[in-house]
Amino acid sequence: MQVKEFKPLIVAFCCNWCSYAGADLAGGNRLNYPAEVKIIRVPCSCRINPMFILRAFQRGADGVIICGCHPGDCHYTSGNYYTRRRMAALFSMLDFLGIEKERTRLEWVSAAEGAKFAATMNDFAEKIIELGENKRLEDLRCKK
Amino acid sequence: MQKIMREQLIEKAASLLNNGTVTAVLGWGKGEFDYDVTPAVFKTEEELKAGFVWNDFCGANFSKYLVKKTDRLEGKLLVFLKPCDTYSFNQLLTEHRFDREKVYAIGVPCNGMADIAKIKAVSGEGISAVDTNGEKIAVTTIYDDAPVMIDPADVLAERCINCKSKKHVAYDELLGEEGDVIDSARFDEVARLEAMSADERFAFWQNELSRCIRCNACRDACPACTCEKCVFDNPASGVENKSPANSFEEQLFHVIRAYHVAGRCTDCGECSRVCPQNIPLHLLNRKFIKDINEFYGEYQAGETVGSRAPLVNYTTEDIEPGEVFDRRDK
Repeated sequence: MQVKEFKPLIVAFCCNWCSYAGADLAGGNRLNYPAEVKIIRVPCSCRINPMFILRAFQRGADGVIICGCHPGDCHYTSGNYYTRRRMAALFSMLDFLGIEKERTRLEWVSAAEGAKFAATMNDFAEKIIELGENKRLEDLRCKK
Repeated sequence: MQKIMREQLIEKAASLLNNGTVTAVLGWGKGEFDYDVTPAVFKTEEELKAGFVWNDFCGANFSKYLVKKTDRLEGKLLVFLKPCDTYSFNQLLTEHRFDREKVYAIGVPCNGMADIAKIKAVSGEGISAVDTNGEKIAVTTIYDDAPVMIDPADVLAERCINCKSKKHVAYDELLGEEGDVIDSARFDEVARLEAMSADERFAFWQNELSRCIRCNACRDACPACTCEKCVFDNPASGVENKSPANSFEEQLFHVIRAYHVAGRCTDCGECSRVCPQNIPLHLLNRKFIKDINEFYGEYQAGETVGSRAPLVNYTTEDIEPGEVFDRRDK
């Protein structure tokens, strides 16, 4: 019997002004990053309700990464500062529940950092493949 | 045994009712048994004398009830508040959830409340009467005429063992003496869990949270949960039923609930008190409080009116989420 190769499902929330443009630049420069990374564009990283992340895990995501502008560079002045506090609390709580802490990450990627975007995604996907499937937060009721 | 007697509270409430200062009294009312005291509204002295209760089971935090009970009330509502309740009282005032002018708050000193589950563990089931007025708690069961005598210190509720404050932070009138803020060991259990490995923590929470029956009692009792529309009432979410295949599906409910009150939770412990499955829900809230204290400086929700909660605030030098783990791993 052939063992099916594990293809992780990674959700990346990218802020419209920096990280999404950074992803675009990575594409424009033909830098490789895993096709399993599904990008969701948000107006600002602070648009990301912590419940989005939980929902992603609930519906079977293996890893969730959030990308926003560098602190101080937010298009809306202070959005990413709020994100930083929210995510610090949320990630710490998920870790407290026994969810592997590598499954969540917050990274600052500017519009000029196409290479950083690709490198971050490659590194993150590698970690998730090492960890394997997300069994702990998946909700069977959400399985279609 | 409490410092203040039931009669004193009734006398106070009755005099304020009779002289027209207040039109109603929010207090602890008689339940089916001596130990299931329920919140109740009293409008006359006779009602107070018949149904008002003050004993070691008056755990209910009335702050949340003020939101609805003062809404259409003519005149003022008298409310009795224990020290921990006054923190929730301030927090709700900060959030403009009720009108301070419509409330007459009386601070009641508290010696700690008893946990009926712990009493039952000593006396057994079939309790017909509990008397907490003496030095020792006298528990009478249907199986024995002689009451079982229990030391109140042995059956103290968890939140009272780790009581954070005997000080009232809000009141119009205080009965008895002012207490002090206590330097309690309330974060010890959280620290013990943090020291475990991720797998051990997961096993711990799986064991605890899989007992959840999603009765929503924790949400309904929580003084910080006062949204008129709650996300958990959404029938379109597709998660209203239990799944037979996975016994641990309610974990996200508890993470979300704890997150919604993070930074606003005063650590009153109502969630754990009302939980019919005895899940230590306060640990989730305390984890957030402990983190917030460590990352952003000491903060006690409800200590003052108008303080800005840490999660709706920021500094440019905040800790990065990744650094949180690096620091702990060291």
